[in-house]
Amino acid sequence: MENTYITDLLHKHFSHDILEKETGGDILTVIVTSPVIHDVIRFLKETENMNFNFLTDLCGIHYPDRGLPLGVVYHLHNLSENKRIRVKTFVTVSNPTIPTVTDLFSTANWMERETYDFYGILFEGHPNLKRILNVEYMDFFPMRKEYPLEDPTREDKDDRYFGR
Amino acid sequence: MTDILEDKQYTTLNLGPTHPATHGIFQNVLTLDGEQIIDAEQTIGYIHRAFEKIAERRPYYQITPLTDRLNYCSSPINNIGWHLTVEKLLGIKTTKRIDYMRIILMELARITDHLVCNSVIGVDSGALTGFIYVFQEREKVYEIYEEVSGARLTTNMGRIGGFERDFTPKAVQKIRAFIDHLPKVLVEFEKLLLRNRIFMDRTIGVGPISGERALNYGFTGPNLRAAGVDYDVRVMTPYSSYDDFEFVIPVGTQGDTYDRFCVRQQELWESVKLVRNALENLPEGNFHVDAPQFYLPPKEAVYSKMESLIWHFKIVMGEIDVPVGEVFHSVEGGNGELGFYLVSDGGRTPFRLHFRRPGFIYYQAYPEMIKGGVLSDAILTMSSMNVIAGELDA
Repeated sequence: MENTYITDLLHKHFSHDILEKETGGDILTVIVTSPVIHDVIRFLKETENMNFNFLTDLCGIHYPDRGLPLGVVYHLHNLSENKRIRVKTFVTVSNPTIPTVTDLFSTANWMERETYDFYGILFEGHPNLKRILNVEYMDFFPMRKEYPLEDPTREDKDDRYFGR
Repeated sequence: MTDILEDKQYTTLNLGPTHPATHGIFQNVLTLDGEQIIDAEQTIGYIHRAFEKIAERRPYYQITPLTDRLNYCSSPINNIGWHLTVEKLLGIKTTKRIDYMRIILMELARITDHLVCNSVIGVDSGALTGFIYVFQEREKVYEIYEEVSGARLTTNMGRIGGFERDFTPKAVQKIRAFIDHLPKVLVEFEKLLLRNRIFMDRTIGVGPISGERALNYGFTGPNLRAAGVDYDVRVMTPYSSYDDFEFVIPVGTQGDTYDRFCVRQQELWESVKLVRNALENLPEGNFHVDAPQFYLPPKEAVYSKMESLIWHFKIVMGEIDVPVGEVFHSVEGGNGELGFYLVSDGGRTPFRLHFRRPGFIYYQAYPEMIKGGVLSDAILTMSSMNVIAGELDA
């Protein structure tokens, strides 16, 4: 399956919602707007000739300097033709809501819980959206970039000397 | 009959977090009707160590020890998978010798992983003998690791761009002795369990999952193949020259505990074959690539050669820029497709690193697989799924 075939078909169905496509990387990457993410994933999964029927991975990402800082990255795999595709969508910090894909893939259940746990992205329609790896009473989302790994008040360690 | 059911009381049983039968620290809250399981809810995260966050502050070569602690039954696969991911980002092409050495170590790791898992299925069904018997063989693999990398469990095997040292003659000798001896052990182990009436009664039809559900749940590795789907990353997207070798991908039909056992058992034989082939055809060549800007030079050279000292300094102090980009690379881990999603912004450390841990993904199907069964079958199902706490919690 050619990359252009996939992107053309996506463009035909989701004209303005396909924001960007990148074919130069290791996997074809498509960035879509957040409201249509469920439809795009379903389109990729259920359309004949697409058949991306395996959700390999789903995770969050945080770019603090961008207009839409919080992202969700989906890795889908067409097992019969061994073709992978990466779909991304971005949301704001104030309203980090995107539709869930748990109705399409049971495996998305824990992956979305993990993404919520670490990035605070709210998956609308998720059956059980609560923290999974961190403690329940945690009141922040630790993988966001504003939470440093080490105690920022420490004075005995200066990162500038370590190339960081 | 119905009015008795009306006011039926269910028992809630906490299986775990520290129960010997869970083989790790995770909790299952089971709702039982007598011995039958009505519902189950898992709690995980007891040994969460925030590897993804830690990785965002560590230079690439210091992330290898973190990967050790994912699936600690087969650390070399994790280490080498990580090296392959970074090499993909950096665009480093490894030599055939490196590839074959990696295959040998990865297949040895698969052997230990499967030996542990399969023998533990035996333990949980009441057959301790096989477990103790094959653990002796795992010990031999650990001795090989020790000879190659210096460590046993958390191996930190190899480096980005190859290995820190070549296989020593002693290592080659140990590998050869191991693969010559293992088939005898496997035959005896299979005699104990494979056609054992009690074992078959305890495992056939226990904890089944259909191929379709398994795919929907993101199963990979032996668990998926036991359900009849022949997806193996080594064949589908060959890495590290796996395409030079011929091997069989065993598949099951029922997706139950017995099928998972049989698939792993067959894979053990295939792994032995792979190790033997790779060792016999081990090409001459260098054990590391010529990429001084990423490959840490040997310590003797650092102390005696100026260039090596400079490179050492530059690598350790993070003066080397890596390409901007993102890669996803996956390898066939001991229990499934182990993926690394790496985003680099050109800095010394990854901008984002996500581990696709197979155990985390398929363990969520556990309640569905044990519902309707009895408690003792739930224990067997868990051990046959090869859920490893380190990988589950990352």
